[in-house]
Amino acid sequence: MSAGPLTEPGPAAPGHSATLRRLRASGRSALRVREAVIQGALRAAAVAAVAGIVLILVFVLREAFPVLFDPETRKEAGLHALTATAMWQPVGDVPKYGVLPLFVGTLKVALVAMLFAVPLGVMAAVFTSEFAPYRLREALKPVVEVLAGIPSVVLGFFALIVLASWLQALTGAVSRLNALNAGVAVGIGVLPTIYSLCEDSLAAVPRSYREASLALGASPWQTAWFVTLPAAGVGVTAAILLGLARAIGETMIVLMASGNAAIVSPSLLDSARTLSATIAAELAEVVVGSPHYSVLFFLGAILFLVTFVINAAAAVLVTRLRRKLRGA
Amino acid sequence: MSTRTLAAPASGGGTARAAGPTALPRRRAGAGLDRALAVLTGLAALFIVGIVAVIVGNIVIFGWRTVTWEFLAAAPRQGMTAGGIFPAIFGTVALVFLMIVALVPLGVGAAVYLSEYARPTSRFTQLVRFSVNNLAGVPSIVFGLFGLGFFVQFLGRGIDRGLGLDVVWGQPALVWAALTLALLNLPVVIVTAEEALSAVPREMREASIALGATRWQTVRHVLLPQALPGILTGAILSVSRGAGEVAPILFTGAAYFLPYLPASPTDQFMELGYHIFVLATQSPDVDATKPLLYGTVLVLLLLTLLLNLTAILIRSRMRARLAGRR
Repeated sequence: MSAGPLTEPGPAAPGHSATLRRLRASGRSALRVREAVIQGALRAAAVAAVAGIVLILVFVLREAFPVLFDPETRKEAGLHALTATAMWQPVGDVPKYGVLPLFVGTLKVALVAMLFAVPLGVMAAVFTSEFAPYRLREALKPVVEVLAGIPSVVLGFFALIVLASWLQALTGAVSRLNALNAGVAVGIGVLPTIYSLCEDSLAAVPRSYREASLALGASPWQTAWFVTLPAAGVGVTAAILLGLARAIGETMIVLMASGNAAIVSPSLLDSARTLSATIAAELAEVVVGSPHYSVLFFLGAILFLVTFVINAAAAVLVTRLRRKLRGA
Repeated sequence: MSTRTLAAPASGGGTARAAGPTALPRRRAGAGLDRALAVLTGLAALFIVGIVAVIVGNIVIFGWRTVTWEFLAAAPRQGMTAGGIFPAIFGTVALVFLMIVALVPLGVGAAVYLSEYARPTSRFTQLVRFSVNNLAGVPSIVFGLFGLGFFVQFLGRGIDRGLGLDVVWGQPALVWAALTLALLNLPVVIVTAEEALSAVPREMREASIALGATRWQTVRHVLLPQALPGILTGAILSVSRGAGEVAPILFTGAAYFLPYLPASPTDQFMELGYHIFVLATQSPDVDATKPLLYGTVLVLLLLTLLLNLTAILIRSRMRARLAGRR
């Protein structure tokens, strides 16, 4: 916290022998060395967090590089090959690496997830912060934390075994596992993120805003809709963005619940294959260094960059919100 | 101190805000809309509660019969259509243990540095915070790619080459999966530990330093003991998350089936979450596997929920104590 040395030696008491003084001095310097070593180690731990994100970028890109720069790989799976066809058939005599169906699948699942989770999460957050009595509010939070604690493989299992049958009965879809099923399950998975962050930013709106609005004669719903929600709007947007990033990157749920057929179709009731699920399903089987291997890392790099940009945008918004509310 | 404590409830936003709507006259225009919005948003909240109840209820109802001592203590048999899940439980525990050993010193060390040593506005601090934030947002499958590309291919292969070994380290293994998960959970531990450290009152630091303690002595003997509940919360949350994450371990060490338990960090391992994935999607006989599947899901769910519950309890206690102190 405070800068500067904490153990500045005081003047030596008179009558101390020179030996004792020297001993003390050496003890002090040993202590100082120890302090410096420990500070260095702690700093190294902090550097590890930075190193982590840099290494992720470097090593995912390193394995993805051949797609862009290796002539052998480019012949089979260069950017041209990735975009020339709409077929994803990486295994076979003539492998086809058309990534279009994977992007379509990812967008479909993320779209359904957001359509499911955003209204539900934002409304529940408004209820919690504006209408719910104190006790109910305190009871709701643990429930959402339970939902946040359910592993995604368990949600994937639930979507695969239970939800898929219910949705099929509801929609009459031909394929039981489809984009709708995966999307709803992913939506359940990102609900806690959206709800919690919305609730946080609504709760951070100063009470004076609401009081001023109510004092001017606005009704509670007008206050919630025209004052509180806009004041927290940036935070709500950030919550939605973070939810979107998670929905795009979610892996186990879609791997288990989407059916994984790589087809380009506008229908939500058709099976879908996402970028993340493709990596998860295929990487364990491929030969290290093969074109297929490089393409999967390339897809991972795209996934990384897309979520990175979305998260960074959300972080900028949160900082702005904080500054705004502090200024208020 | 005591006056502040007494004043706290009066200025608490909760009670005042909750009283707001009911305190207003009801017969005004828009009262119907008020009720409509309250009901609509209330239904949304109720729906979320319903989702949680349905998922947990379904798993408990169909799973509890399967979970017996034998199920927990036996290995899978007959192509994983019978028997228990002991190897998966063992693998999960070993994985999470190794992860914690790497994770907690690193995460707490970084938190101590950020909160006690670094200047809050320095470029370095901002860079670390930026990294931690973004690390928290990296998709789990990308961690899996990174684990394969860095730990297995680069580090593992490098060790093998350096020691002149055949393939020992350069393959998917327990240690690489654990390190991948440690990186994934680093933000959780750093953020919770930092929060706990910053909640320790300034007077404590000043008192310690006034007594002649060095900065590290203050950290070691005053701050860390005070922040222990918060650090524990982060560690437990990361254990819970580590036990449930499957995508990062798909290519870094998890095995479909192993007839033996992992004996060294370079062995592969079975894991509960991955076992669920395998049983749910690769089973030759779905109906025969279903009870086992539900049982395994219930075990993993209970494990993660109990860990989360513990963490929530510790945290709410800590917050209550801090609120009392302020």
